[in-house]
Amino acid sequence: MSYKVVHYINQFFANIGGEEMAHVAPELRDGFVGPGMALNTAWKGEAEIVKTIVCGDSYFAEHEADAKKQVLDWVKAEKPDMFIAGPAFNAGRYGYACATIANAVQEELGIPVLTGMYEENPGADLKNKVLIVATANSAAGMRKAAPTMAKLALKLMKGEKIGASAEEGYMPNGIRRNFFEKEVGAKRAVDMLVAKLSDKPYTTEYPMPSFDRVAPNKAIKDLSKATIALCTSGGIVPKGNPDHIESSSASHYGEYCIAGVDDLTAETYETAHGGYDPVYANADADRVLPVDVLREMEKEGKIGKLHDFFYTTVGNGTSVANAKGFAAEYAQKLLKAGVHAVIMTST
Amino acid sequence: MKLELGYIQIKDIQFSKECKVENGTLYVDPDAVKAYLYEDDDVKAWVKDFSFDIAKPGESVRITPVKDVIEPRVKVEGPGGVFPGVISKVETVGSGKTHVLRGMAVVTAGKIVGFQEGIIDMSGPGADYTPFSKLLNLVVVAEPAEGYQDHKHEYEHAVRIAGLRAATYIGELGREVTPDETAEFETYGIKEGMEKMPNLPRVAYVHMLQSQGLLHDTYVYGVDAKRSLTTILLPTETMDGAIISGNCVSACDKNTTYHHLNNPVVANLFAAHGKTLNYVCNIITNENVYLADKQRSSDWTAKLCRLLDLDGALVSQEGFGNPDTDLIMNCKKIELQGVKTVIITDEYAGQDGKSQSLADADPLADAVVTGGNANEVIVLPKMDKVIGTLDYVDVIAGGHAGSLRPDGTIEAELQVITGATNEMGFNRLSAR
Amino acid sequence: MVKEIERAGIPVVHMCTVTPISMTVGANRIVPTIAIPHPLGNPALTMEEEKAIRRKLVERALEALTTEVEDQTIFEV
Repeated sequence: MSYKVVHYINQFFANIGGEEMAHVAPELRDGFVGPGMALNTAWKGEAEIVKTIVCGDSYFAEHEADAKKQVLDWVKAEKPDMFIAGPAFNAGRYGYACATIANAVQEELGIPVLTGMYEENPGADLKNKVLIVATANSAAGMRKAAPTMAKLALKLMKGEKIGASAEEGYMPNGIRRNFFEKEVGAKRAVDMLVAKLSDKPYTTEYPMPSFDRVAPNKAIKDLSKATIALCTSGGIVPKGNPDHIESSSASHYGEYCIAGVDDLTAETYETAHGGYDPVYANADADRVLPVDVLREMEKEGKIGKLHDFFYTTVGNGTSVANAKGFAAEYAQKLLKAGVHAVIMTST
Repeated sequence: MKLELGYIQIKDIQFSKECKVENGTLYVDPDAVKAYLYEDDDVKAWVKDFSFDIAKPGESVRITPVKDVIEPRVKVEGPGGVFPGVISKVETVGSGKTHVLRGMAVVTAGKIVGFQEGIIDMSGPGADYTPFSKLLNLVVVAEPAEGYQDHKHEYEHAVRIAGLRAATYIGELGREVTPDETAEFETYGIKEGMEKMPNLPRVAYVHMLQSQGLLHDTYVYGVDAKRSLTTILLPTETMDGAIISGNCVSACDKNTTYHHLNNPVVANLFAAHGKTLNYVCNIITNENVYLADKQRSSDWTAKLCRLLDLDGALVSQEGFGNPDTDLIMNCKKIELQGVKTVIITDEYAGQDGKSQSLADADPLADAVVTGGNANEVIVLPKMDKVIGTLDYVDVIAGGHAGSLRPDGTIEAELQVITGATNEMGFNRLSAR
Repeated sequence: MVKEIERAGIPVVHMCTVTPISMTVGANRIVPTIAIPHPLGNPALTMEEEKAIRRKLVERALEALTTEVEDQTIFEV
């Protein structure tokens, strides 16, 4: 019983013709066509191409909705284990078509997909959505691209965990995976520096991210009527850390009641955060979560109310995704409770 | 400055009534070592008892919690002694000859203060992630005296000194032994270096030191790095223990004293020295908890890079989180001085690898080497023997409630393994 | 976390020591604090002096919350 694959290629690789035939509408053919043979051979019977869909690059570009619908209908009817498009090398419209159709199959039919192209192909813009094998910039690279794609595809079909982008040959897609290099980091660093100093090409092992911005909310008009809530990433918790918030890489946040609490003391509160010297926070947690002064201001009428609950987690090595999730959740609780503003403290 | 290292290969360790190194075997009397440790007043005051054990590669042994790992060395010729300013007097080291007992280490373990950290597995999947599974380890387990919780700084100091003293005692046993292999390391004065290597790019190693307070400190000739301004160190000084670790949280990326003695950036820069680059010096700089200190230290690092007329700088970080800001500040400011950088770091990209790996970023940091994602989860099998205690596995950085499962296996992040994602580039682990 | 709270529509001020990270990540109202292990304290001072400084820092934070901002703004004390 071998895995079933549907393969998408363009008019050129199907041997229909070149640019002059780029307008052809999608066709469904049995078995493999053109480069599909290389994939089939590489699978040695473990998987096979049952159907090939051929579509003109210009047709896809000009009739995207129709092309998508037709291809999806055919793929749906076939119920394959995998959908592969290309490889497109440096052909721009082809690469765009491959990435787009693969994404559609993935999203709408939930079938694992794979495509391949040169890193500068405009279709590569979708590399964070669709798995894309990095290929050479011309069809001369087929000899290397086909086996790489075949190997990775088989892993996906078998449900095996895939390795790092550098190991498996796909374009880095923002999901970091560990693997063992041939040489130690210090040697790689010295080699990278020598290359950089002699203006030779090198590839950074971690491309720097860019950050999205959120517009600031309107300021509070009257503090004396406002409910202010305290939140912290400094890990302040009731003594004994009853909910076991981790000292690093926190998996959850804590919500604790401070109604009636005027001051945080060494007997009642502590820090769970393992990333800074805890001695000072354990002696007086107000140094991280300023309950004492806010309570005073509440009594003086300077602020309307100090919210009864504070939200805490440990910012030490906690992933951005986790932290984002916690805050999104408790921000809703704060909204429902009528909190007007938040003071977030960090260590 | 020129230093010759003489490597004495240690192939076995055995407890015995005698203390000596003979034919590659270290014979050691634990009582003699213990007596030597207790000659220090702080050790006497804060350590109730020591026990000793030996862990060999391939054994089903787990050492935890690990505080420091130290390689025994002894200065046989030239000024000063190992661990200047801490064990030996403050005289400048890094020249003459030093013997190294290679293939082994002293590992200090046992209850520490705060967030216990560090697991070394001598076999199994965990062994692949720590360089110390390949060494013969003489483990010194410390038991704290009553009341140590109120004297955390003193207790940490006592255990730190005990480890260094043990390594010094053992190192001394190699003084008269003929090394199996020798190697020479030499850096030159500024003028001499330029004359000798006129066409090679001038490079320095910017070595960032963790300096954030209790259990996150580093000492240079005995001086607490958080008190030091950015300054120059000669690479061979590190080989004699000029820098020692007081850093004890986040096992995966803290630099043990062993890492400082065997700094792979120093080793690889020396390997390229005279061939593809001119290795000028090290610049040591700290990672303090005050923003002004971060600004001052990184300003001074960039200033020295420019003053030395460097072409390039290799920057290694220690730790993560707020030190990511020190790393990016150093990188940015050095680049803006016209000096090209490569930085070595590790990542906290979440267990699924989808999170942003560093807390800070800048487009000028365009040449990065990574030691891997410390959040990746690993399951460590039960080991037949534990040296130390498993009591802290759930709370160590990288562990969580339930990390230590009832069947004795441990499910935790790589962060718990000593040296796993080292940011000096000691290992082959990486991420993409 | 600060951005998520802002995204939910609640004005938020970030009191932290390593303000460059807060800037890089995108907080809009930022108050620089004393030190990483004790952002709102200073163990070198007496309890009274500490509380006075803490009060001053929190007052600045509240001021930030009552000030309209267009862009990321650091409110020094």
